[in-house]
Amino acid sequence: MVSLSDHESTSRDKQPESTAPAPTVGDRWRALPALVRFPLAALAAFAAILALTSVTGPTGDLRIGSVGYYMLAIAGLQLLIGYSGQISLGHGAFMFIGAYTMALLVLNQPALPLWLNMIITVVLSCTAGVLVGAATARLHGPYLAGATLALAVGLPALTVRYPELLGGSNGLAFSTRGAPASLAGVITNTQWQAAAVWGTTLIGLVVLATISAGRLGRRMRALRDDEAAAGLAGIPVGRTKVIAFVISAGAGGLAGACQAYLLGTATPSSFTVTLSLSLLAALVLGGLGSMWGAFFGAVALVYVEVWGEELAHALALDSNVANNLPIVFFGVLLILVILVWPRGLHGMASSLADLVRRGR
Amino acid sequence: MTTTTPAPLLAAEGITVRFGGLTALEDVGLSVTPGSVVGLIGPNGAGKTTLFNAVSGVIRPQRGTVSWKGRVLRRHRPHHLADLGIARTLQGLNLFPGLSALDNVMVGADRLARGGPLAMLTGLGRYHSDERRLRERAMAALEEFGAAHAARAMPGTLPFGVQKRVALARAVVAEPELLLLDEPASGLSGEDMDALAAAIRSFRSRMGVLLVEHHMDLVMAVCDHIVVLNFGEVIATGPPERIQSDPAVAEAYLGDTEEVGADG
Ligand SMILES: Nc1ncnc2c1ncn2[C@@H]1O[C@H](COP(=O)(O)OP(=O)(O)OP(=O)(O)O)[C@@H](O)[C@H]1O
Ligand SMILES: [Mg+2]
Repeated sequence: MVSLSDHESTSRDKQPESTAPAPTVGDRWRALPALVRFPLAALAAFAAILALTSVTGPTGDLRIGSVGYYMLAIAGLQLLIGYSGQISLGHGAFMFIGAYTMALLVLNQPALPLWLNMIITVVLSCTAGVLVGAATARLHGPYLAGATLALAVGLPALTVRYPELLGGSNGLAFSTRGAPASLAGVITNTQWQAAAVWGTTLIGLVVLATISAGRLGRRMRALRDDEAAAGLAGIPVGRTKVIAFVISAGAGGLAGACQAYLLGTATPSSFTVTLSLSLLAALVLGGLGSMWGAFFGAVALVYVEVWGEELAHALALDSNVANNLPIVFFGVLLILVILVWPRGLHGMASSLADLVRRGR
Repeated sequence: MTTTTPAPLLAAEGITVRFGGLTALEDVGLSVTPGSVVGLIGPNGAGKTTLFNAVSGVIRPQRGTVSWKGRVLRRHRPHHLADLGIARTLQGLNLFPGLSALDNVMVGADRLARGGPLAMLTGLGRYHSDERRLRERAMAALEEFGAAHAARAMPGTLPFGVQKRVALARAVVAEPELLLLDEPASGLSGEDMDALAAAIRSFRSRMGVLLVEHHMDLVMAVCDHIVVLNFGEVIATGPPERIQSDPAVAEAYLGDTEEVGADG
């Protein structure tokens, strides 16, 4: 335009235009291709997990593994809710599909390697996602939430319907191969399992992070914010919504498979509506709109429960109270955090980081 | 516009739209040739936005056809426009509040990407070069409209005038052949308005423009041809000078309680 004199901007991010600021380490890191940046970050995280599990015992390994698969499930939900703006109360249904796929594969096809089971699970749960996503594509907000809620309620009931195949209310129990013989003595079985879960989780997260940092993620955020304007920019609104649903279903299924693999069981009681609601609550607590939110949410989901149980044990509480203590804890934490940091634990972490940076 | 008219880019013919008992448009036609700026004016509620909606596939007219480069568009939807080479701004700002100004414009540039679905999903292939291309193009568009300084800011933190510039950048970044502007000047200060007029004139070399606007100074300054709507019917067409002196137009606006130039 002709007159550029009116730079009345009050933007915080306004930069002096004559002297471009030297790129910081963070800027350089963000300029790397996603194909380099995210796998590198995942490798670093994997190394950290290996280091961590080398000092924890079997219980600690299990908990670390649980954080892994919850993180994957919540990250999938993040893509759906935080990025594409579609609310699902049925994410646990896809974890159910993943867990039972894994259990059935291990029981009926014991020769198949773990990685192949994982791939089969992703394919199956994505297929389920296509079906559900296409059926619900025309539903908005509360209607979509209701439809997915029905799925979360209905699907686990299949186990009672087909007890021969799915083991009824007791579910399916199986044992998985632990660490390979060549690593015996170097790494314990639980360490191996936690590492396998985290390896799978991190691969899934690399894919999710790549998607959300690129064109597809931008398309999702655009239609979340304004469908009409996104459509006019050429974004296929309906198709993009279904794609988000399918990807999130795939992540949920893979997380369920990891859970079954880690625990050696798949039971209907693990996949009640409470699971779907907990995942949603953990996502909000962790922070909507950033993949970091999934990490904080998963840590909170696992460790609030652990601490709640430990506290109940220490106080020798009645089992009725003790069983409900973790969920009460979680609820209180959720409310407190959201009151102070609407963007959740991730929001808290970034405001603290800002403070530290400014303090220097 | 009467002699040696080049083939029109966009031609709407006999468009009739009814909402229940209300006839929003009755047998309305207009055409836009490459490199021309056509103004579409009329009092509030005349049917201007409705005509935009019919042209862009948001609503289906009961009668009439919309053709693009001589081909009749049937069953087209808004998200097909970008690939046809048509861009449209909405009457509101309609920026994506959760995306930075730069990302907003990058969404508009989406169709310039060369990679396919596999690249989007895996980060392989054209993923990175597409990101770079879109970012460069978006940055250039922001610079063109004097909003480059706002690239990293969220729309909500920007002054209204700058937000309008970002919205304009988002609309033209993908180099459309036709730009539909719905009240681009509403809420702008005089200085911003001058800049907008200059921008619209500069579009002539690259694209045709169909402009809905209540600010008559702007309309008269930039349009080659004007179509006047009143109660869903075309009451006058012609070059700005003729429209300015047309008694039917004056009457339509005087009959309207709101003053020309004020807009809700
Ligand atoms: N979706 C709809 N359903 C029912 N009536 C509608 C709809 N859209 C527009 N109308 C009516 O059609 C008429 C034309 O509206 P339109 O928005 O096209 O006017 P406009 O010329 O753009 O006015 P303005 O200058 O105020 O933007 C109005 O009477 C309006 O109330
Ligand atoms: Mg209008």
